[in-house]
Amino acid sequence: MPSLIEKSACDGLLPVSAGGVTLSEPAPERITSVAPFAGKEAAAGKALKALGLGWPGPGTSIGGEGRLCLWTGRGQAFLIGAEPEGLAGIAALTDQSDAWARMRLEGGGAKAVLARLVPLDLGAGAFPVGRAARSGLGHMAMILHRSGAQSFEIMVFRSMAASAVHELHQAMTALAARAAL
Amino acid sequence: MRIEGRGLVDRSAPVGFRFDGKDYTGFQGDTLASALLASGVRVFGRSFKYHRPRGVMTAGSEEPNALVTVGRGAGQVPNVRATLQEIHAGLEARGQNCWPSLGFDVMEVNDLFSNYLSAGFYYKTFMWPRKFWEAVYEPAIRRAAGLGALSRQSNDEHYEKAFAFCDLLVVGSGPAGLMAAREAARGGAEVILAEEDHRMGGRLLAETHEVGGQSGAGWAAATVAELASMPNVRLMPRTSVIGAYDNGTYGALERVGLHVATPAAALPRECFWRIVAKRAVLASGAHERQIAFSNNDRPGVMTAGAVRAYLNRWGVAAGQNVTILTNNDDGYRTARDLIAAGLHVAGVIDARDDAPAAGDLPVRTGVRVIDTGGRMSLREVVVADRDGKVSRIVTDCLAVSGGWNPALHLTCHMNGRPAWREDIAAFVPKPGMVPGLTAAGAANGTFSTRACLAEGAAAAAEALESLGRGAAPADLPEAEDGAVRIRAYWEVPGGKHRAWLDFANDVTTKDVRLAAQENFASVEHMKRYTTQGMAPDQGKNSNVAALAVLADATGRGIPETGTTTFRPPYVPVSIAAMGAGGQGKGFAPQRFTTSHKAASERGAPMIEAGLWYRPSYFPRPGEATWRDACDREVLMVRDRVGICDVSTLGKIDIQGPDAGRFLDLVYTNTFSTLKPGRVRYGLMLREDGLVLDDGTTACWGENHYLMTTTTAAAGLVMRHLEFVHQAHCPDWDLRMISVTEAWAQFAVAGPLARELLNSVLETPIDGEDFPFLSCGTVRIMGIEARLFRISFSGELGYEIAVPARYGEALYRDLVARAENLGGGAYGMEALNVLRIEKGFITHAEIHGRTTAFDIGLQGMVSAKKDCVGKAASQREGLGGPEREQLVGLRPIPMSRQIGAGAHLFNEGAEPVSANDQGYVTSVCYSPTMKTYLALAFLKDGRARHGQRVRLVDHLRGTDVVCEVMNPIFFDPEGGRARA
Amino acid sequence: MRITCPLCGERDRREFYYYGDAVYADRPAADAAPEAWDDYLHLRDNPAGETRDLWYHEMGCAAWIEVTRNTVTHEILATRLVAGREGKKAAAKGRGKKA
Repeated sequence: MPSLIEKSACDGLLPVSAGGVTLSEPAPERITSVAPFAGKEAAAGKALKALGLGWPGPGTSIGGEGRLCLWTGRGQAFLIGAEPEGLAGIAALTDQSDAWARMRLEGGGAKAVLARLVPLDLGAGAFPVGRAARSGLGHMAMILHRSGAQSFEIMVFRSMAASAVHELHQAMTALAARAAL
Repeated sequence: MRIEGRGLVDRSAPVGFRFDGKDYTGFQGDTLASALLASGVRVFGRSFKYHRPRGVMTAGSEEPNALVTVGRGAGQVPNVRATLQEIHAGLEARGQNCWPSLGFDVMEVNDLFSNYLSAGFYYKTFMWPRKFWEAVYEPAIRRAAGLGALSRQSNDEHYEKAFAFCDLLVVGSGPAGLMAAREAARGGAEVILAEEDHRMGGRLLAETHEVGGQSGAGWAAATVAELASMPNVRLMPRTSVIGAYDNGTYGALERVGLHVATPAAALPRECFWRIVAKRAVLASGAHERQIAFSNNDRPGVMTAGAVRAYLNRWGVAAGQNVTILTNNDDGYRTARDLIAAGLHVAGVIDARDDAPAAGDLPVRTGVRVIDTGGRMSLREVVVADRDGKVSRIVTDCLAVSGGWNPALHLTCHMNGRPAWREDIAAFVPKPGMVPGLTAAGAANGTFSTRACLAEGAAAAAEALESLGRGAAPADLPEAEDGAVRIRAYWEVPGGKHRAWLDFANDVTTKDVRLAAQENFASVEHMKRYTTQGMAPDQGKNSNVAALAVLADATGRGIPETGTTTFRPPYVPVSIAAMGAGGQGKGFAPQRFTTSHKAASERGAPMIEAGLWYRPSYFPRPGEATWRDACDREVLMVRDRVGICDVSTLGKIDIQGPDAGRFLDLVYTNTFSTLKPGRVRYGLMLREDGLVLDDGTTACWGENHYLMTTTTAAAGLVMRHLEFVHQAHCPDWDLRMISVTEAWAQFAVAGPLARELLNSVLETPIDGEDFPFLSCGTVRIMGIEARLFRISFSGELGYEIAVPARYGEALYRDLVARAENLGGGAYGMEALNVLRIEKGFITHAEIHGRTTAFDIGLQGMVSAKKDCVGKAASQREGLGGPEREQLVGLRPIPMSRQIGAGAHLFNEGAEPVSANDQGYVTSVCYSPTMKTYLALAFLKDGRARHGQRVRLVDHLRGTDVVCEVMNPIFFDPEGGRARA
Repeated sequence: MRITCPLCGERDRREFYYYGDAVYADRPAADAAPEAWDDYLHLRDNPAGETRDLWYHEMGCAAWIEVTRNTVTHEILATRLVAGREGKKAAAKGRGKKA
């Protein structure tokens, strides 16, 4: 049987680097939106604990590389990297694996790059490792997660992948030009 | 003239630049003003109205005279203050507002007619003959108006915007600002120190005061070095804080690349910052005042503080034989600094009766300056004593000190007004005018160096305390602590010639008195009538003197007369900086479907639907126009099969025990009765009873629905659903999330649609497996897909959805199969024709002013339940024969062309708005029916099928009689979709 | 302007969509008199001072928020989630102008 070719959201766009900062696309992972039904928050938390995670409060994440539960909005979290076992009937689930363009921004200048596009205080104190936020990347809705001291995971709508890469790359080269002065 | 052994410029780094066609050399650290002054240039610009030759007056961003144009071509920047522009190799600048040159300006003839050009002259002239205004006067005024000019070329230099956050924002790096930043940083706060100049230190760089036993500049450099070493400090030189906004937000403009000889293309020229600060200290210093007297605007008349700055910071003598005019002790400092540098002081004219003891300085009291001489360069100052005896002082520079105005502008940005202090004859900020902002130092009316240091430290301590941090008591370095002794002296009485107040807009004392005489007595009226304070310096050099003259002319005191307020920006901000990132691709995100690449490869031009790019049509070889392609695509779908990417429509996943109940609330019709595997068309109203959106919703499973919305309204509908849920029924158990992006969805439409699908589905289907308006899971080449049997074309049609990663591949495959069957890809033009032929509405018809009744769907509003908009939809006037109702129109004869936007009139009626019967919303040429077709709204339309109306478009010159008919032109029974 | 979202914290107001007066959140009963609907849809007080409005955290967590602020001083006095707010039905009948 022939099979359909898969394309990732950032196909052909990444990686790009400038000024010691790199923007790359991580390997695709299963992403499931999890929204517990009324009164089922504790049950959802329990099911996620069984997966080695837990229910994240607003602005936080539980887990890390390979398996992560990321807060993404009012009564909602994304389960990344693991199958949503034990959650049927407890939470509304949808497959979000293909809906997002995921990018990783790494390097000493990553915070300064994001300062051009994100209206949030991303200092180590205000936005430490593990913190998650829904905000804007320029005009684009974005999910942001700090995965390391110098690395951020950025998610925007799949259809806006090219725009996001353009904006981020432009900020990277502008900062590289400043540094070269 | 350059003085040896003085100044902070780097004499080992000469810099070559060009001004007004001539080459000059300066040093690294020079501004254009200091380098040109050093080279003996006297005329820097021509005044706005009278085109009088003007020299540089100040050494800061408040400069009103020395406005030049920098650069050539697309990157040219007009109205640059020469006092702020750092020179770099290859810098090219020129004078403005003159022709043919600064040295010889034809427009100086205006100065001869000054009697006719005083304030408000344009309200009293240019009135006759009336015709001349548009043809003659206005074009001439336009050409003469303005200062610098734009290049009018498209400029793709890079500008950027950025966000910053801190505990304490310190504005200004003079003694008060440096102390505030240092103490706050030592206390552990996150500090941003913004300084407008390229070098930190404020007035410490311009004075010879010592601080803590070392030169002021040395102390500043040492403090800056300490700040630079601290990880909790961000230094921002070349950054003007231009506005104070709500909730601790400040706007700032950073000059990033304007001083660089050959900037990289990616280097931003400017960066516009939005800084959020929990606390802020305004240590922006003060501006020195001029004094008004006859002909006080000649090149060579400067502020006394600027003369010191040029001497001490740049090693430049503004004149070799300098006269000082002062109403306070500061003028004497200039005299002493000049003499210490070996220059000559021709006289110190003290406006006060009790001048201080001044050693061997040539002080003169009891004299008035009544005139000056030297059109292109000051030659002499004319004074008269108490008896009227006139004498002339030969001089090449007049250094004026009329006192200092605290630069308090930011404190007024939230509608606050400052307070008048008689003892320093100046306005000062009142505490709390901007929440969280404290003024310190000269910006607060505190002028001695020691007191400035103390206030800066105190402001830092206050900020630290409010941030919950302790502060160690600051060790204040030793510094001068002189008191202010000033006599308010705004203008010299009895002058015979014009005395300037606003140098930049050429407003004189005579103009202000004229305003008062014509009853523009309020300071707000005086400002607009005379234009005083409305130039690029925004009144920094003239506001207080002008209102003093107005106060005098109207018999009031200064506090009673009041002051106009200040608004952002504090200095001019280029629109390129404010709009940074908005050029080209940065203007808005572009949304591309998974089929975009394939469509582009086929040469499909794109249209924009919201932010999405969708293919308009797919031209084939031999097709000359879009109509050729569109007509073919329509017939292709009606006769064979077509593929269209419909991924852009909003798809909302709604799950939960109360999901059905919720849909019953947001839709006019019932969805809780919809069984899994079925799809229903729904109508959604706004709460005011008008139609919000329409679309199909599928019941995917028990308590699980998939709602579709129109492409451009997806976000709006989501917001509406969230509002209804959170505001009206937060206890109902349902969850919703957009899945628009997760699925690539394609319409397969036409008589051969099922045949095509069966060639890709793992399990073929027949008409019963998926009846009209059904849905379910299928498998395609090993992956799970979603199939919907719905039709927007009116043909047998399906929509197949796969996870977006497979979208491009599936689209290519489907189009290839369609082509093999004699069909192919179709675009938005054909999609639109197909739906108009079927009378299907889009947001062209549900444009926000139509009701369910208007579009003929009143039967869809269930009588058995409430829904959003139901109550208001039943209001009188939202139904009935008076309403404009959806109809179809066909031109008579059928060969006539019609267009959307036309209005409808009864035959025989004059086509004016009083006779308006309705309007046309959608039009197409139908290759299926070989005629133009229109959807329109016509008064009592449903009762008028078979009648004729006149379609008139005054804009395009269309006037066609049409037949009114059922909008479902083609296959009115709907049998083709149900095949 | 900065608004404190109860879930996300203080954010730039560009992340929010402004809807209008907080009375929108108190929908009249289906069978309420036409005057009540007219009041709800069309009639508003316009205070120079304290006002309560509805904002949607569109670029954020999608929460609807009731913001109490002062239109003269620009102070934001309080924010709370619309869902689950207390005193939901309190004000609807008493507000607005009568014909």
